[in-house]
Amino acid sequence: MARLLVTIGSIFLTLLGVSVVIFVILRLVPGDPISMMLPPGATDEVRANLERLYGLDKSIPAQYVIWLRNVAWLDFGMSTQFRLPVMEIILDRLPATLELVLLASLIALVLAFAFSILAVWLQVDSATLAIDGLAGLAQAIPDFLWALIFILAVTLFAPMMPISGRFDPRTAQDFTTNFYLLEALVTFRLDAFAELMRHAVLPALALGLPLAAGITRVLKGALEEAMAQDYVMLAQTKGKSRLAIVLGEALRNAMIPTIALTSVQLTFLIGGTVLIERQFSWPGIGSTAISAVINRDLPLIQGIVLVFALIFILINLASNELYRAADPRLRTAR
Amino acid sequence: MKKLLGLLAGTALAANVAFADDSTLTIAYNVSLPSWDATVGVSAVNPTIQSIYKSVYDQYIDQNPDLTFRPGLLTEWGWNEDRSKVFMEVREGASWHNGDPVTPADVVWSLERAGKEETGNPIQFLWSTLGNFTVDGNRIEADVLRFDPTIFKWMAFLTAYVLPKDYYTEVGAEGFEKAPIGSGPYMVDEYVANSFVRLKRYDEYWGGAPEFETVIFKFLPDASARVAEVETGASDITLEIPYEEYDRLAAKDGLNGVTTPVSDIGMIFINDVGVMEDANVRKAAAHAINKDLIVDRLLRGYGVPIDTLQAPEYAAFTAETTVAYDPEKSRELLAASGYSTDNPVKFKIQTTRGFKPKDYEMIQAVTGMWKRVGIEAEIEVYEIAKHFDLRARDALAPAAFYNWGNSIGDPSTSTGFSMFGPSPHSTWDTEDVDAMIGPLWGEGDEDARIAGYQEVDAYIAENAMVIPLLQFVQPIIYRDGLSVTPHVANFLLPQNVSSN
Repeated sequence: MARLLVTIGSIFLTLLGVSVVIFVILRLVPGDPISMMLPPGATDEVRANLERLYGLDKSIPAQYVIWLRNVAWLDFGMSTQFRLPVMEIILDRLPATLELVLLASLIALVLAFAFSILAVWLQVDSATLAIDGLAGLAQAIPDFLWALIFILAVTLFAPMMPISGRFDPRTAQDFTTNFYLLEALVTFRLDAFAELMRHAVLPALALGLPLAAGITRVLKGALEEAMAQDYVMLAQTKGKSRLAIVLGEALRNAMIPTIALTSVQLTFLIGGTVLIERQFSWPGIGSTAISAVINRDLPLIQGIVLVFALIFILINLASNELYRAADPRLRTAR
Repeated sequence: MKKLLGLLAGTALAANVAFADDSTLTIAYNVSLPSWDATVGVSAVNPTIQSIYKSVYDQYIDQNPDLTFRPGLLTEWGWNEDRSKVFMEVREGASWHNGDPVTPADVVWSLERAGKEETGNPIQFLWSTLGNFTVDGNRIEADVLRFDPTIFKWMAFLTAYVLPKDYYTEVGAEGFEKAPIGSGPYMVDEYVANSFVRLKRYDEYWGGAPEFETVIFKFLPDASARVAEVETGASDITLEIPYEEYDRLAAKDGLNGVTTPVSDIGMIFINDVGVMEDANVRKAAAHAINKDLIVDRLLRGYGVPIDTLQAPEYAAFTAETTVAYDPEKSRELLAASGYSTDNPVKFKIQTTRGFKPKDYEMIQAVTGMWKRVGIEAEIEVYEIAKHFDLRARDALAPAAFYNWGNSIGDPSTSTGFSMFGPSPHSTWDTEDVDAMIGPLWGEGDEDARIAGYQEVDAYIAENAMVIPLLQFVQPIIYRDGLSVTPHVANFLLPQNVSSN
């Protein structure tokens, strides 16, 4: 119970710190929303009126106190750009980002586990070299560049693959939630699921490939290390096959560094959605963040940063718990 | 799994069939539409999204593709003799997308709402120059509270959209954002922010139903994605792509291209600070730039060199005012102020990078040309938001690149606002120019007003108080079977696209 309370307290303190930093930084960097909307011929009075209208005429501490008071009631203010409540915008677009991140993570994990296990199982120099080379390539190319490569590849080789949006804009959608992929899956609407996957696969691949490479390197190294341990030799003497030893003995121990790395990389992956969503016109929170920054939509930027911070914190907490579950020493440690 | 793979193949086939659908026009568009209220907030003054607004809403007054004005929801307009009143005749037979008729009450409500400070219309200062509206049949009259000779031109410009009074009042601002209706040729069918908007033809449109039953604007800020969309046939038409790609795609089978000079001017703001207070330095900087070379080499010929802030399509354009490319003269001017290539005059020049085609490269070329005559300019790259902020605070560097749009082509909205000291958009701030522009704000004689601005432009050019570089050209790529009428105001309007 005490640990739970400490955790909740630290979450609030971290979010409070993040909110102060982002609030102050946004107001100190050049470029304010009023300047963005001043038309030709606007007078100083027009500027003053707009500042008053958007609450920017008060001091920064006063603005912060008002904002924080409203946030306590889950009112993040109105987006100056979308002219809708910030909370509504975030709730509307977060599912698209979460689905994309989930799919990218799945792709990354499947590829990483498959290649790592294959390399350690086969023990063939050429295969190991090829996997190391592929992992190196995948990691060396950043996600946004993968996106460009995929867009180019579609132009040349697969013109039928969609490169924009979450679904074909020619078709009407009748989902009740914004988790389209999950909803299509649980309601067994396989045709809709297939259509959604066609749109999601390229952005998810672009996001997931660098992550897959990172996990592969760590997991493969950890598996190789585990395979040199005494318990592996003992298992070999019992006549277990190499694949069975890799899966049954070494993998569990190799998971510990992998979980640590994956949780760190996952936060980068969420950050990566900002560019990938824009490149693929994916209507998530990442592309919304970019347009909010470009248009100096201060309430929306603040809301999105807080949500991102909360997600990062939750990922770290989840990875700690996974770490504890995977490592018995941590479970028993006091 | 087998079934899923089959479905994946099936949807690909279905998409293929959809590509050939002639009743749908898919536009790979370069910006995303954030808000549906075309009269309030940042979007309202963003020129790049006006094409979408103009597809859904009607303006008081419309514009032809060559920038000339034509009736919109108003069929007649003007002032009385002493210019103390305006009159507007509202079109009969126009209706909102919910079937209600467009009435003079809608027009009055839209104008009054725009003129109220609390609405947040960024052009409120202009709309509030009219008041005390009266309606008689379809005729509206209003008092001129402050005379502005450009009020009717503004009725075809930013925020000049007529919104439905009853519907808006009923659903409120948030309700309108979620379910907007207008009186334009297309109705909003589905909108996914940062992804696309699907429009449906409004069959009751007063100007006749447009050709395409469905129009989709896909929001693709990434130029490579727009190129891929049109190249793969996923979109029918796109714009704002690199000129290299335009040349490549236009030469490709199945695709066509059209370019038109648009109402966007690439210019270098001069701030009257430091070395820029020396007329010799400014003039030397202006004469040292070979604009033809920039257009030919950097922009592959897609640009129109200009010497004033008036493009050829603007009301106050005159070919008589020119600034010659004369590097020798630049050297002489700099020598007169004690500068040379060995002892160059130094200042900072700010520019965006990627905001307009080859903006950074252009400024690199300019600084290269300057270096040859004795000007050493340090380039600072900034975001457009920072430019707006610095400009509003009159804190730009001595030289700063910017793109100035002016889709109504009036000199007050180019030279006037960019060079008149008290304007927050002006960087140049001297009494001589202010004294010339000042009286033109209220000049009722249109010919005299235009002539006045031409004089101002000549004076500014002679003294190099701003360095206009070129008029940008909009490249549009579209598939075979379409015919596209480009718009000088830089609109890509689906109602201006038709099947061959």
